[in-house]
Amino acid sequence: MKVRMSKRLIGLLTPIIAVLLGIIVGTIIMLASGYDPVAAYSALWNGAFGEIYYTGEVIRQVTPYILAGLAVAFAFRVGLFNIGVEGQFLVGWLAAVWVGISFDLPKIIHLPLAIIAAAVAGALWAFIPGLLKARLRVHEVIVTIMLNYTALHVSNYIIKNVLTDHKDKTGLVKDSATLRSEWLQGITDYSRLHWGIIVAIICCFIMWFLLERTTRGFELRAVGFNQHAAQYAGMNVNRNIILSMVISGAFAGLAGAMEGLGTFGYVTVKGGFTGVGFDGIAIALLGGNSALGVFFSAILFGALKVGALNMPLEAGVPNELVDIIIALIVFFVASSYIIRKLLDRFGKKEVK
Amino acid sequence: MKKRKIGMALSLVLAAGTLLGACGKSDDNAGKDDAKGGDKDKAFTVAMVTDVGGVDDKSFNQSAWEGLQAFGKDNSMEKGKNGYDYLQSKSDADYSTNLNTLARQDFDLVFGIGFMMQGAVEEIAKQQKDSHFAIVDSQVDQPNVASILFKEQEASFLVGIAAGMATQSDKIGFIGGMESEVIERFEAGFVAGVKAANPDATVDIQYAGAFDKAELGQTIASKMYSSGADVIFHAAGATGNGLFKEAVDRKAKNPDATIWAIGVDRDQADMGADVVLTSAVKRVDVAVQDTATKAKEGNFPGGKVTLYGLAEDGVAAAPINAKVSNKAEIDAAIKTWVDKIKSGDVKVPGTRAELKSFSAQ
Amino acid sequence: MDYVIEMLNIRKEFNGFVANDNITLQLKKGEIHALLGENGAGKSTLMNVLFGLYQPEQGEIRVKGKPVKITDPNVANDLGIGMVHQHFMLVDVFSVTENIILGREITSKGRIDIKKAEQEVREISERYGLAVDPQAKISDISVGMQQRVEILKTLYRGAEILIFDEPTAVLTPQEIKELIQIMKTLIKEGKSIILITHKLKEIMEVADRCTVIRKGKGIGTVNVSETNPDELARMMVGHDVVFKVDKKPAKPDQNVLEVKDLVVKDSRGVTVVNGLDLDVRAGEIVGIAGVDGNGQSEFIEAITGLRKADSGNVKLNGKDIFNLTPRKVKESGVGHIPQDRHKHGLVLNFPIGENMVLQNYYKQPYSKRGILNFKNIYQQARKLIGEFDVRTPNEYVLARALSGGNQQKAIIGREVDDNPDLLIAAQPTRGLDVGAIEFIHKRLIEQRDNGKAVLLVSFELDEIMNVSDRIAVIYEGKIVAVVDPKETDEQELGLLMAGSSRKKAGESTNV
Repeated sequence: MKVRMSKRLIGLLTPIIAVLLGIIVGTIIMLASGYDPVAAYSALWNGAFGEIYYTGEVIRQVTPYILAGLAVAFAFRVGLFNIGVEGQFLVGWLAAVWVGISFDLPKIIHLPLAIIAAAVAGALWAFIPGLLKARLRVHEVIVTIMLNYTALHVSNYIIKNVLTDHKDKTGLVKDSATLRSEWLQGITDYSRLHWGIIVAIICCFIMWFLLERTTRGFELRAVGFNQHAAQYAGMNVNRNIILSMVISGAFAGLAGAMEGLGTFGYVTVKGGFTGVGFDGIAIALLGGNSALGVFFSAILFGALKVGALNMPLEAGVPNELVDIIIALIVFFVASSYIIRKLLDRFGKKEVK
Repeated sequence: MKKRKIGMALSLVLAAGTLLGACGKSDDNAGKDDAKGGDKDKAFTVAMVTDVGGVDDKSFNQSAWEGLQAFGKDNSMEKGKNGYDYLQSKSDADYSTNLNTLARQDFDLVFGIGFMMQGAVEEIAKQQKDSHFAIVDSQVDQPNVASILFKEQEASFLVGIAAGMATQSDKIGFIGGMESEVIERFEAGFVAGVKAANPDATVDIQYAGAFDKAELGQTIASKMYSSGADVIFHAAGATGNGLFKEAVDRKAKNPDATIWAIGVDRDQADMGADVVLTSAVKRVDVAVQDTATKAKEGNFPGGKVTLYGLAEDGVAAAPINAKVSNKAEIDAAIKTWVDKIKSGDVKVPGTRAELKSFSAQ
Repeated sequence: MDYVIEMLNIRKEFNGFVANDNITLQLKKGEIHALLGENGAGKSTLMNVLFGLYQPEQGEIRVKGKPVKITDPNVANDLGIGMVHQHFMLVDVFSVTENIILGREITSKGRIDIKKAEQEVREISERYGLAVDPQAKISDISVGMQQRVEILKTLYRGAEILIFDEPTAVLTPQEIKELIQIMKTLIKEGKSIILITHKLKEIMEVADRCTVIRKGKGIGTVNVSETNPDELARMMVGHDVVFKVDKKPAKPDQNVLEVKDLVVKDSRGVTVVNGLDLDVRAGEIVGIAGVDGNGQSEFIEAITGLRKADSGNVKLNGKDIFNLTPRKVKESGVGHIPQDRHKHGLVLNFPIGENMVLQNYYKQPYSKRGILNFKNIYQQARKLIGEFDVRTPNEYVLARALSGGNQQKAIIGREVDDNPDLLIAAQPTRGLDVGAIEFIHKRLIEQRDNGKAVLLVSFELDEIMNVSDRIAVIYEGKIVAVVDPKETDEQELGLLMAGSSRKKAGESTNV
């Protein structure tokens, strides 16, 4: 029992130490390049939580991050590496806005319909690599990377040629499909905070419940850990692979809906990737691929991203530094082996 | 167990910090808001938000920042919260936060650089009715927003003339960033200029689909040069940097070859002294400086669209490279066309549709 | 006393678990010293202490009488201690010589002098009768040869004391004989050897002395010439061990499994099961004897649904189960103890409790309307853990953390609990110690006595001979003979397995 507990503790401490190490190394880098780290970090803090407006913006940023993180984590738990969250996110965004601007329906139908459309679009986009993996053993990493570009250019084409007449940006989604709320904006001093955070939290619960409590989740986890044993136990490995990609894609599509129906309310032609999907990989990694872990690491990433915007103005520190710190955190999580080793040493000394 | 307790304590401290931080700051804020009304004497401040290209994109954002710096210098202001400053955006989602941050910091005028910021500027202008905004390259119909547009077609018409006269192969290339109204103006003007100077020349038009992909720009440029083009014009932001790299590389390998590249937005001669023929200069700096000055003097053109063309010194063709054999002729031709355009005799096409019905003679 | 290595009163613990408790081992120069113990008794821990991978909490290590501190494997190497690992540490695409010199390259002007190295490797190889080709690629040579490369590696680094970690586990009988010869040559050349094993037969054959440890404690050191396998087994397990399996005569009933003309291809598309016929009756154990690679694995995979067969006929209790999915096969009454418990038998990262319902998780009472009922799952787990003596702190521990024997007991518990008409046991005792083997054999016979059919596949002839009621010999994908274990011997089985036809003609009709 004692051993188990300390293992769990180590699992919990590893990401925290990774974050601290990231911040420490970030401090060293700032000192070395002549910036004031205290000013930088307080600017970071103020830019994330210093005013209610920024807190609202952090939550707004956290919303798609949670869902993108869940998408990566879910696939990963079933042993798949979904690099295509970015693409599924883009098609989800497009689908949500498409439904949002094209229909006139009562809100009780329109909003759920737009959200579901995004989930379905993301799911379909992820179904392709899932199917190719299950049937033809084509590696999902390659297919999903390629599909990211396809998603980017296809959605750009549709925005230009179908949704608008050669414009860069669609109109706003109808009020009946928006996640935005005057009230939420009001209490956060005009931040873009919207109801999507509720969707994200519900999805955290769904992921946890699905994986940990259901029969289907038992199969998915078994396939993730050991496909051979899953096959031996009579589970349909291929069906579970496809299913996991579909669910992962649905989460990613929902992340897109958060932007389309909440943050922006429209969709624009994009010159490149938004990065939300790729940040999702780091978020899932830091969160240990668990629903609760993703929730907390998304908050951290959201706060870092939004807070960083304030750093140049308040402290004169370039906000790229936060990118460096994020990269360092990811680095330290990825090399968590080193941290575990250190914790082991530490633990041993305590025993003595 | 010890460690666990420390962890618990840590998280409690963090949580408390969050709450206290939020409370403390909102009090500050209230105080600030009160001060805002009475504080009319405070020095004029101005700031801008870049798009994802960043302030050192050697193009559009950089030009805007240069304008702001010049304005600051003229008015002996300092960089920072009490003078002039900028914020850089790293994704589309950041535009809104950045614009809001600057408005909250009580900058008297906040520029949004680039049409990508249109949605964000419009929304925030509605919320922050007391703040003044300006948007470059797009139009926002709000009383507290000044819209700045350029007649890009006039500048690109002039560089089109230069391209048409400098080419030996009669093959000319155009690399666009992403298709948009602004880039279409560049394209239409350029093609019109080429045709006006050299009816035999053909223009190969390609879009990179991005403003920040230098390697893609280089690939496209490489293909164009390889298929015989000897002058290429780009209106593609940082993507266009690849064009210059390719041109410089080719020139280094074969110094006798006729290889020209034409820059955009600012005079990009520094991108390759031997290969940059000229640039379609869009004086974002002039426009920014001009708008800031107006605002400082109390004439903020809120709710208005200001068009900057040749006549307003808002656009121009950069000096022709001295190494072109027929530089004198080109200079003369450009001068003639500048006069014609300024006088209104010639209306340069700004869309593909207008280009079809355009005839220079 | 002329000891080359002395490990005195070694104590090593992990997070409060004592892996080695006051163990003493003294190695004389020029002897083969066996280290005997069940899986998990602490043999590997002790050797890792000697090799510098762990630091002991207490005790002293002396090399040639001098106390030393072995802080890492390099120190061990410098002291002349070399380890031949159970899992080889070789680079497949490198040559023998390249592998041997790896980390100790002879260079001249920055370039590796491979010619010189090959010459040295050849010399050592000849001196100890290893017969290794220094230029061969690792991927091209047999497992036995690879092991010799590992031995060469330690010798090349100047080892005087060689530790062999379960060296025979991966070898064929012929290779085992050759290895024993090599060990004897090494001793003649003045080396000393520590042999880690749990196989009593080998100890009796090669070792001079034997130190036995049980549950982390040193039980004692004996001279092999003055002891016998029974005594060693008793020291190792702590109670008497029955080697000859005690069983009543079989009372076979009607056919449970009928396989006719089965054809199966392996993953490369080669036909490996080629017209196989076999019947297994209720109340008997049929053992399949054969040299590895004659289609045993594919045969089992085909009848359990893990691999699609090309043609043939498979019936269970008269019902067709040919090419059904694993779940359908299972539901029609087949239990399967898979050959590779880590690959197929368990999800190592699941708690042992959840592994207990790996196939039945979707049925009531473990699941209702798609929601798992963990209370019932763990209740079932506790039941099986108790019944099958699975030694685990609790049912929430990951399967990974259990020893091989306890993992196997858990699998057997799970498969037997469903009371299948046919129980297929593929290599059920591989890598297990005497105690666990005895337990598993008893369970198989118990199934038989309950009127169930049991199909046993094993590469251990002893096991086949002891447990089976009938022995079917498989050769090149066909059952070439079915013999009664009471009327045959290892000699005859060995010949049949090698493909020669039966001496006594006419008896192979009983297929």
